[in-house]
Amino acid sequence: MSLKPEVSKTDHIQGKKDAKIVIVEYGDYQCPYCGAAYPILKEMMKKYGKQIEFVFRNFPLSEMHQHARPAAIVAEAAALQGKFWEMHDAIYENQRFLSEPFLLELAERLWLDPHQLNTDIKKTELAAKVDADFESGVMSGVNGTPSFFVNGRKFNAGADDLLLLMSEIVK
Amino acid sequence: MLKKNDIAPDFTLFATPDQKITLSDFKGKNVILAFYPADWSPVCSDQMALYNEMLQFFKKYDAEIFGISVDSKWCHMAFSQSRNLHFPLLADFEPKGEISKKYGVYNETEGECNRALFVIDKEGMIQWSYLSPMAINPGANGILEALEKL
Repeated sequence: MSLKPEVSKTDHIQGKKDAKIVIVEYGDYQCPYCGAAYPILKEMMKKYGKQIEFVFRNFPLSEMHQHARPAAIVAEAAALQGKFWEMHDAIYENQRFLSEPFLLELAERLWLDPHQLNTDIKKTELAAKVDADFESGVMSGVNGTPSFFVNGRKFNAGADDLLLLMSEIVK
Repeated sequence: MLKKNDIAPDFTLFATPDQKITLSDFKGKNVILAFYPADWSPVCSDQMALYNEMLQFFKKYDAEIFGISVDSKWCHMAFSQSRNLHFPLLADFEPKGEISKKYGVYNETEGECNRALFVIDKEGMIQWSYLSPMAINPGANGILEALEKL
């Protein structure tokens, strides 16, 4: 199964731009398995980030995780203030406290403009971005979270195996 | 296992402790049947939880989805409540696996359904079917591609 659409400018990217290795994660901010994958991915990017382009796309399972979608929206709103990855990391690092008031507290800790954030989280564009990510995941064959794609192909294993693969292929 | 251009065998199964669903009542709608081994598989990779998030996508194609396993109606009720599911889970419970057998997706060794998907058109004809490896959640892209082609 392959990734549709391909990685583009509208994606949240970290690591090396246009690297030979492109990893895309579809994640849910409230999913405990994504939470468990987070430090492993962090370690992977610390070790091999100079040769990996890493992308995060939203795949909130809203019916099961009531805070997943609000968290995705807040992270997108943080992106409008240039702090997507800071918010992404802060949410995963504090996943057990996740709630809507707590998301606003995180925004405060990251020095986001609260007024702007409050306006942005109500924008239909942000909801549409989250929906578009979800739809692209479904069409790409995402079957749960986290799901990874390496160079556009579905990687049918977890973050541990991904780290192992990178340790083998990144020179 | 039944495949494209086979007539979908009709059935009546419990969807809740006091309500039954009959497939032929849904003529005029597209129907997705998702046979799965058992309720209570691990949370985030759960196939039914994924479909639950996708009901609006299915609706776009005028399609209803039913999950089917050999679990009882009471087990389905508890599972459905715990996952906040908004589509019916049918109990192929008595005689055990009768409908799964008709569709050719009963696993005699495990005493469970295989993980199999069917897309049935508005006339009750199977237009797509897919057997997934037991341990792998097949996702939904195959279903959507099949609905797209109807």
